Amino acid sequence: MVRCFLVHTVCPVSALSAAESRVLYSRVFGPDETVQHEDLDPEERRLQQRERVAVVARQVRSAVTLSREASGRQLVEMVPGEEALALQEADSGVVRLRAGDPFSGEMSALWVAVQSLGFTMVCEPHENLLLAEGTLKNLTRHCLEHLHMLGPGSEVLLKGDRIDVLLSRLLPHGQLLFLNHRFAQSLEKEVSAYMTK
Amino acid sequence: MYSHGSESLIKQAREIQESELQKFYGRLVRLLQAKEVGHETIDSLQRLHLILSATKFTRILPPELHKRILLLISSPLEQLQVLSSAVLRETLPLSGQEVNYSHLNSHAASLLVSQARSRPDVAPLCAQLFRTLESRQSEGPAHSITHTLPILNTVITHSPECLTEEHVTLLSKKLVDWLRYASITQGGGTSSGGFFSGPRSRQPGPIAELDGTVSGDFFTVLCVGQGFTEDQWMNVYSFSMLRNWLLTYHSVSNCNTTADSANRLQLSLSLSHSHSFSNDDRSEVDGSVISMVSATSSSSRLLPPKERLREKAFQYCQRLIEQSDRKAHKRTDTELQKACLVEAVCILDCVCLEDTSLVYRVFPCIKALYGRLCSDLSFARVLVPIAQFYLNHGEMAAVDCEPVWQLVFGRFPAELFNDPFLAHELLRFLRLNIENLQLRVPQYTLSFPNLLKFLAWDSSAMVDDFVDLLPSLVTAGTAVELLHTLLDLPCLSATLVLQLRSACLPITEPSGRILQALDAFRNPSVRGLFLFLLRGEAGSGDTIERLSTLHELLTESADWPRVIQCAQTVPVLLHIFFNTVIKVADEKLLAHLILVQLERSSLLLKIPKYIKEVHRVFSCHLLKLCKLHPSLVVDQSHELLEFAGTTANVYSKEEVYTHVVWVLGEYLSVSCDARCSVRLITSCFEALEAVLFEITSSAPPAGAVCPNPRVITTLMSALAKLASRSHDLIPRISLFFSKLRTVTRGGSAAWCSDEEDLVAIVTRGEELWSLLKAPGVAQSVLTPPPHVNTAQWHRDTNVAMPLQLRTITSLTHSQ
Repeated sequence: MVRCFLVHTVCPVSALSAAESRVLYSRVFGPDETVQHEDLDPEERRLQQRERVAVVARQVRSAVTLSREASGRQLVEMVPGEEALALQEADSGVVRLRAGDPFSGEMSALWVAVQSLGFTMVCEPHENLLLAEGTLKNLTRHCLEHLHMLGPGSEVLLKGDRIDVLLSRLLPHGQLLFLNHRFAQSLEKEVSAYMTK
Repeated sequence: MYSHGSESLIKQAREIQESELQKFYGRLVRLLQAKEVGHETIDSLQRLHLILSATKFTRILPPELHKRILLLISSPLEQLQVLSSAVLRETLPLSGQEVNYSHLNSHAASLLVSQARSRPDVAPLCAQLFRTLESRQSEGPAHSITHTLPILNTVITHSPECLTEEHVTLLSKKLVDWLRYASITQGGGTSSGGFFSGPRSRQPGPIAELDGTVSGDFFTVLCVGQGFTEDQWMNVYSFSMLRNWLLTYHSVSNCNTTADSANRLQLSLSLSHSHSFSNDDRSEVDGSVISMVSATSSSSRLLPPKERLREKAFQYCQRLIEQSDRKAHKRTDTELQKACLVEAVCILDCVCLEDTSLVYRVFPCIKALYGRLCSDLSFARVLVPIAQFYLNHGEMAAVDCEPVWQLVFGRFPAELFNDPFLAHELLRFLRLNIENLQLRVPQYTLSFPNLLKFLAWDSSAMVDDFVDLLPSLVTAGTAVELLHTLLDLPCLSATLVLQLRSACLPITEPSGRILQALDAFRNPSVRGLFLFLLRGEAGSGDTIERLSTLHELLTESADWPRVIQCAQTVPVLLHIFFNTVIKVADEKLLAHLILVQLERSSLLLKIPKYIKEVHRVFSCHLLKLCKLHPSLVVDQSHELLEFAGTTANVYSKEEVYTHVVWVLGEYLSVSCDARCSVRLITSCFEALEAVLFEITSSAPPAGAVCPNPRVITTLMSALAKLASRSHDLIPRISLFFSKLRTVTRGGSAAWCSDEEDLVAIVTRGEELWSLLKAPGVAQSVLTPPPHVNTAQWHRDTNVAMPLQLRTITSLTHSQ
């Protein structure tokens, strides 16, 4: 199962001070982690869930920074229309999240970093990471395209429902799907129909 | 990209005034009252979502608005379902909110799951989902059932205790149907129909394989067509959740073989008139296609549901493995084939763990797959689960696993060290199987020079795994070589960079700078040094003689980010190494390790911060080792004295030097080791005395800073300790102290830059001097008997309590 999917900033951008980062979209799948602690009130539960997401974003952010620093590659600015190229040039990797930090069990956080944006998927570690990697790249491409994320707009903040729909088809309820190109096309057609409405 | 506009939107959403917010809520309620949903409503809902989600604090919606939004979730318009579900996820459910579990669309179901407050909360949903599965599929609108399996999978992953025995049976049967008996003709979409196309051309065509040939066997996720039928979609969802189901259904209490055999009985009785699962009646021979895969196996229809599912899962995986050998037209399908292979092997492992009798039938299939893939490293990530299969079942099937280990511990790290995903998966495999590997795979511990390449390449991502793995790699046989290897890890990191660059780039950097290190890497006369670092297995010698040459060749790598990151992780691992080694090493090995520390303290890649950190670790563990085995000091006194007698070490290795001096002063004593002779104490005294005289008689050598005052006071204390054990030496050290006082009377000295430090040094000298005037007292203070040092009396609660009580009594009584 995939536990959550998030879009966040991964490197200093002009709109933020150097140390700040923003989670632009996040979706947690399944019942909350703390569902066994029945005494927790719902507000606290929501706060904890958000903190967990923030921890993941922070950890991925430093992983991306270190990985880029080590590889020494220069980032090339991309513009809308170059989504496929941007994805091809993107860095990617995986971060091990130890049990208890921030999820109660161990998790693997897969990330793809396109310019200043990070796309992260937190999976249970026994999950098929090869499939997860393919799914994440596919989701990233669709997000970049449908929300025009290489441009300067703010659609990712206002039109999060587009990502919701994307996820409901390609990663329904956090379930990774074995989709060959025909199945994928058929689902992507549904997604496109939603976007153009 | 993230812009100033986006940032200001988030700020606005966070800082919105309460009055403004109430106005916004009111407007939205009015909009929602209207019959038609306009663009403005959608836009307002999107803004509402941003307002709620931008802050970590929970905002509560007015009940009227909340109710209206809740109604939208069953709207026929998907966008409204999505938006209302997204908005409501960000706030709290209304108290007493009634849930209508029937006719849940996917977005409503996900809202319900996310708002579950406790495990019992999801039980009714779980029951409803099973009812949906049970009912005839054609009842609901198309695709209504497809979201059922994913959400069911989520629920049972989080709350497997919701499952009952009936659920397990039902889902297992359903999965068998969808996996094994999905239609083999193309679904919808073919009726593009033109004026000339007669009814015959509308006949759905057969499904195809990924290479375009007509499929001759049952449907799987690797089959394509123009369109798909519902059961073909269910095939995809079923296979996607199959492994998790196989892993989960154990947790249902008492759902084991005894229940299975009861089922078997019941099943055989009701077989003839089973009506709820019509597919169970389907005969494999009557079906429209005879599977190549299952034709050979015995009929499984009489098996109880769980066993039958295992059987079908086996057949499905076997078919996938077969299908993955086909050349796919699309690149994404080639990737899917690999992912399917991983899944198939994992599922086969899973069914074999559950039913060991399957091992004999499955192994030939895995073995053939291994044979097919082992020479192609692009399949490395498929080979990791295969290795797991060999480890789990190889012994039982009496299969030779040797080639697998040569691949996993040999070629993988050596050639694929820069693949972050393989590294993650392989290291996880090692972590999960540490004990098994130590026991059964002797290559494991010897392969550390290879395994450490993952760490050297991507230190920040891998260090966490190595924190867990390193202890298992520390053995008495490998400890010394492992220590050298860890110390040279930054060199290995640089060498790996050179290795990759040498393969693909010219010698010049983009800036036009010529990399001398790369030149050296290609130079045959020093190639051996690099090859030693790149060795795949331990055992060819602890280290090399020309280490300093290697360090010089790599000087320019000291500011490569990758090398610096690697250097930052080494101290952590050294701590783990030393903490582990004291548990496995005998005194002889520990003595050897002390020598390695002394030697290597001056033989490190020239990264100043790295050298300093390593010295700190050495000092810490030198102390620990000697405290644990004080006689090591007498054993190694020759080397320790040589180190402590070299004045240059005061300046270049201050930290280690200070600790060596302290250790000599503390443990060179008859009470620690009977072999400690007067002659030994005297020679140690003389060596330290000479250094102390030298550094306090003149300014530091050119280029060095003044010695740290701590070195001087440590030397003085060590000398006083030694003198207290051999009273003949007292006059000599006393003479030094008196000289010190005379020399520093002016308040300054060339060897000490700070006045306060100088005062502290002189004061310490005077204290020791006066202590030594009473030799008996000096001995008991400077070399206290063990029971004073261990000081049990104030930790022992039995003794300490009366003491505390007495103190309190005396305090209270005095008033």
